[in-house]
Amino acid sequence: MSEESSPGTEYTPLVETQYVTFGSEQEPFELRCGKSLPGITIAYETWGDPKNKDRAILVLHALTGDAHAAGYHAEDINEALAKGREPKPGWWDPMIGPGKPFDTDKFFVICSNVLGGCKGSTGPSSINPETGRPWGSAFPFISIKDMVNAQVKLIDHLGIDNLFCVAGGSMGGMQALRWAVDHPHRVRSAIPIATTARHSAQNIAFYEVGRHAIISDPAFMGGDYYGTEGPRRGLAMARMMAHITYMSEKSLHEKFARRIQDPIRNEQADPVSSQDNASLAARESGRRGTGLPQFQVNSYLHHQGSTFVDRFDANSYIVVTRALDYFDLGADFDDDLGSAFVDTQAEFLVISFSSDWHYPPRDSKNLVNAMRANDIDVTYSDITADWGHDSFLVKEVINGKLGFLVKSFLDNLDKELADADTP
Amino acid sequence: MPTPPDPELQNIDVRIDFEIVAENISDRVKVLDVGCGDGSLLKNLVDTKKVKARGIEIDEENVLACVNKGLSVLQGDIDEGLNEFYKDNSFDYVMALRTVQVIWNPKKSIDEMLRIGQKVIISFPNFAHFRIRFGLLFKGRMPKNRLLPYEWYNTPNIHLLTINDFFKFCRDNGITIERRYFLPGLTRRKSLLARIWPNLFAHYGLFIISR
Repeated sequence: MSEESSPGTEYTPLVETQYVTFGSEQEPFELRCGKSLPGITIAYETWGDPKNKDRAILVLHALTGDAHAAGYHAEDINEALAKGREPKPGWWDPMIGPGKPFDTDKFFVICSNVLGGCKGSTGPSSINPETGRPWGSAFPFISIKDMVNAQVKLIDHLGIDNLFCVAGGSMGGMQALRWAVDHPHRVRSAIPIATTARHSAQNIAFYEVGRHAIISDPAFMGGDYYGTEGPRRGLAMARMMAHITYMSEKSLHEKFARRIQDPIRNEQADPVSSQDNASLAARESGRRGTGLPQFQVNSYLHHQGSTFVDRFDANSYIVVTRALDYFDLGADFDDDLGSAFVDTQAEFLVISFSSDWHYPPRDSKNLVNAMRANDIDVTYSDITADWGHDSFLVKEVINGKLGFLVKSFLDNLDKELADADTP
Repeated sequence: MPTPPDPELQNIDVRIDFEIVAENISDRVKVLDVGCGDGSLLKNLVDTKKVKARGIEIDEENVLACVNKGLSVLQGDIDEGLNEFYKDNSFDYVMALRTVQVIWNPKKSIDEMLRIGQKVIISFPNFAHFRIRFGLLFKGRMPKNRLLPYEWYNTPNIHLLTINDFFKFCRDNGITIERRYFLPGLTRRKSLLARIWPNLFAHYGLFIISR
């Protein structure tokens, strides 16, 4: 019975976020924009046996992800159980573990929070040693390349020469591409999922609206809002809008259609305190203000927005979405994407999702065509899935085709490498 | 969009194709298989001839099967999958086995294959086989057999051709036929009748062409 089993045995594996600092004020971390940071801290987690150094996989997270990709944090278990809820594992838990696609019986898996983020790695909410206060508006521009350079430091620190695989969805896919292109001799394989070689004008436009929502919130105060409540309305609005672009029309329809939220149930189920700006705004505009019934999809979005502000920093959102907008894999190669892959030795598994309109399948096809033109060993699959851009996080997709593809690809590569190792 | 080819047609008995292809190519050559199905043939070539193999396949389940075999395959439509990104003569062989008849624009695709590959291996069911002719003549119905198992309303075969059509196509387009195989069936290779009157007695034609 579940009452008798202790949390430690039921929710495995237990993991802890680790931290490592590189550089110092004397030896700053140089950024692509020409500025530098006086030392950086990287938060990371690992799964599997650290001795498997020749089978190390670096998992790369998307815009709002973090180092906690799989397993459970003890404090999350206790907190959830105290509230009578089911504890939540890391964001890619169905992918990472014994027997799972990133099989921790075979592979040593690493995930770190990106530079510029707000989940333990150095970002705008970290303390600037020069002032003793959070960086805020003074935090420099970060590129995907800088994020990867920080990960290179981490991989060196862990004593790993070559990565067996770099893999990630969305922004994680961009980092995987950057790794393969910038460090061709250190990457054996790469799995970029639901990603693009660069943002379209439409992608940039959507993120600009999000940033504008944050910046025009009076509580943003030019970015130096630490110690105050911060731009909660703006950040919630940015998240709400972005979230729509991550879902497909079909998945929204199937989840909500035009159904109306039951007002009484909504009141009780609302998980956010009534002091919360964003949910207050939701209530005002959705029901009380107009007297109109609230659509379920509205209340879902308001919930997405208001829970997001509790776990994400507005400045990080601005910094990281700018990194996305300015990412352009072909830019250093006279806009010829193909020549970006000239030195690349990695084998690629590129995956897109049929209903993804954020980074649609044609973005992946462009990548794949450029790779094939340069004789790169690449496999591409466009998975039929209805969940839009976020399909790579959906359990049904992972336990279905996505997991199958990743597992087959890695297992075959593992065999090839084992054969090559045997004299 | 064209109906995707039925995986059954793609995968039935590739032994004979494999035999002929394996006889004609050297070890370690670079091969692009256009419409590679579940990858059985390509995998065989990798195992026996150590070829550097690449595939293009439209069907999602077939792509999964290819990945499971450790093959490098792109999911995509041949009509858009063969494109300017491939450099001239970047493959020793481009193969399109039992595939040309489902392509939207066979002329354009074959031209592309001849550009990308030094040699092209092409095979297709012969629509002028005597049984097909008789069927049409006496039954007055569209033909059906093991290679053409469809009804008119669900067939992926949109560009049916005969062996004589292919001869003319090569003549008209300056294509050299290097080798030709006229097969009486999918399991038998030799037949005197098929050799003498291929357009009447060969069920199936396989050609190695170049430009």
